[in-house]
Amino acid sequence: MVDSSVVLYGQTIAYTFYCLAIISVMAWFAYGVTRTGKMGGIKTGVFYSFVILLAILGVSLHIITYSTIPWVKVDLNRADYKPDKAFEITIENHQFRLPSEKMVASVGDLVLFDVKSNDLTYGFGLFRKDNSMLFQMQVIPGHRNDLLWKFEKPGVYTIRSTEYSGPKGVDMIIRNSFEVIETGRFN
Amino acid sequence: MTIIDTLIAGEQALFKPEKLTPMQKNTLRFVIIGLIYYGFAVVEGMIMRIYEIKPFPLVTQSQFFAIMTAHPLVGIFGSSYSIVFGAFLFLVPFLMKRPLWSYKLAVWTMALVGAGTFIFWGAGFISHYAPLYTLYWPLPADFSQFSPLGGAVFILGIALIMVAAFLFIINIFATITTTPEGSEKQPSGAMLSSALGLTGLRNLFTGKKKEHLVSLPVAAIARGAIDMALNSGVILFTGVLILVYMVGSLLGYDLRRTAIDALLYKNWFWWGLDLIADGLVLIFVAGTWYLLATLITGKNLFMQNIARAALFVELVVSWTVWSHHLLSDQAQPAILKVVSGEMVTAFEMMTQGLAFFITLATLWAARPLKMTNELRFLLGGLLGFSLAVPAGIMQADVGLNRILHNTQWVVGPHVHVAVLVGLTMTLYSAFYLLFPILTNGAKLYSQKLATFHFWAHLAGGIGMGAFMGMAGLNGMLRRSIYFNGEFNVFMILAGLSGCLLLAAFLSLFFNIIMSVGLRGVIGIFSPAKAET
Repeated sequence: MVDSSVVLYGQTIAYTFYCLAIISVMAWFAYGVTRTGKMGGIKTGVFYSFVILLAILGVSLHIITYSTIPWVKVDLNRADYKPDKAFEITIENHQFRLPSEKMVASVGDLVLFDVKSNDLTYGFGLFRKDNSMLFQMQVIPGHRNDLLWKFEKPGVYTIRSTEYSGPKGVDMIIRNSFEVIETGRFN
Repeated sequence: MTIIDTLIAGEQALFKPEKLTPMQKNTLRFVIIGLIYYGFAVVEGMIMRIYEIKPFPLVTQSQFFAIMTAHPLVGIFGSSYSIVFGAFLFLVPFLMKRPLWSYKLAVWTMALVGAGTFIFWGAGFISHYAPLYTLYWPLPADFSQFSPLGGAVFILGIALIMVAAFLFIINIFATITTTPEGSEKQPSGAMLSSALGLTGLRNLFTGKKKEHLVSLPVAAIARGAIDMALNSGVILFTGVLILVYMVGSLLGYDLRRTAIDALLYKNWFWWGLDLIADGLVLIFVAGTWYLLATLITGKNLFMQNIARAALFVELVVSWTVWSHHLLSDQAQPAILKVVSGEMVTAFEMMTQGLAFFITLATLWAARPLKMTNELRFLLGGLLGFSLAVPAGIMQADVGLNRILHNTQWVVGPHVHVAVLVGLTMTLYSAFYLLFPILTNGAKLYSQKLATFHFWAHLAGGIGMGAFMGMAGLNGMLRRSIYFNGEFNVFMILAGLSGCLLLAAFLSLFFNIIMSVGLRGVIGIFSPAKAET
């Protein structure tokens, strides 16, 4: 599965390019609108082409992400997948209760994170050593909060609550509590 | 005139508050209250910006989150609602060439927004009630972290603003539908139908076309007011619900919090709250763009009928997009995530894109235009939304939301750029346009300050959003505190951009005070002597 950092990198490039383009267009417009020009108005054909372009852009974003971001299909059809490893985690009183001090999975494993809240709404996210986010989900009390994730490379991750749950929630961090190791290292 | 003379009497002593009509005065009062609360929001924002660089002992963690809770509410309700209410209560009668239905109701609206904002802000300041917009049940009723008394006062303040919103809506619709005294009887049903867009909808399917009885900006105000009514109802209902738990706690009863389903609550509350963010803001802004474009150019709007239809579509879209806030909630049905969260939300790019194009085309058709303050700020507002809406569409995607939700990306390039650059610069454009009308021809003290205001606000707003976004892409969460300077490069740059926003606000405030003078400010708040 493509790492989420690669997806973010692609998004950063696309959005930066778009920002530079639209700022340039507006600067050009601001200059042009104060000048006398040949054209009296905009043709309606240009307008309808713009509408069609917006529709294509809006729909194609989701089609592209659905077919290129690997976790989307898994996420929307979780019941159809059998995890290689499952971890049940409970949260109560702003504390994570993990099944073991350190949770370990192997490279290539499809891992199920099943997180339950006994009181407030929290978040559950895995973060890399450089503080960047691998993924997150919301943890709602009274409901099942499960996420499947396939790990393609070794790494050590920090668990952190990604939702505000009052001032006490700031400290909901367990460093280096999830590790992905090379296949075979268990033996 | 010396600078002291100008400070007291205003630029060239042109501003005469005693000659203002009650409506002019009331609108200017709304503007001043809105600007003062904008100042509150900027100072709060700067405190948080500094705290995100390095937490300092003067502000405790609970106080930091109380500021974070109050900050957007002061900005939206205390500032934006004040300015929008004031402007629209003036513009609807002005555009329809009829008196406002009730001046008294307008005064009450202003008083309730001003008082309500101060009450909830004060409750947060003193008690540190900080559930952040009360979105996540049962956090608003978690009395192990928050005082129920402080929370009850906080909710009371919000409730007063919702009542003010209802008064505003009643006044707007009554002004549209009531025949003024001495005028020929007008069909109130047909006026209402035109304002809501039903006439336009009917025209699409019948050969016999009916003419539009209300202008496009008035129709936009009426349609935005529908979302405002629904939103106010949801927030009021939720406030009462939370209040029940608070009163129970104050009386010694610990009510069962699981009686409320957290996911259902979240859906309900986001549906209501989104009627502001994705409803009335976008509709009001589009209507304001159309009005500004026609007033600046003196020409008809490009593709008027399409613009009317787009406003109606936006109204319907705003009722069905809330699920994009729940894309990371695994219990939320997948069908809602895809249809409401992704597909319908993508329509916002179309509706807002149409408004963007129509406004630019109207301006372009009238060139050459002089680069006035109102035109400059209008272009800034258009740029703000053209940056912020696609950022929002990107995070409203099942795949991308998994790695963007609750990061600084959401609140930076999307929320702050939309509100600070898109919405606020649009409001500033309206302010610069209406200033001579509202003040009977008072002169702006300094054009250089107005130009500085524009560039500092634009660079500060976009800069802050961009650096927050970069921090978000690197994993920095919103609604959290980092103690070890993990994202300091981005936070320092965002803080410097915030300084530009503060400088922009101070330049505007100083420019206004010097334009109308301290005597003029006092005069605005004294009773009107002139007739409406």
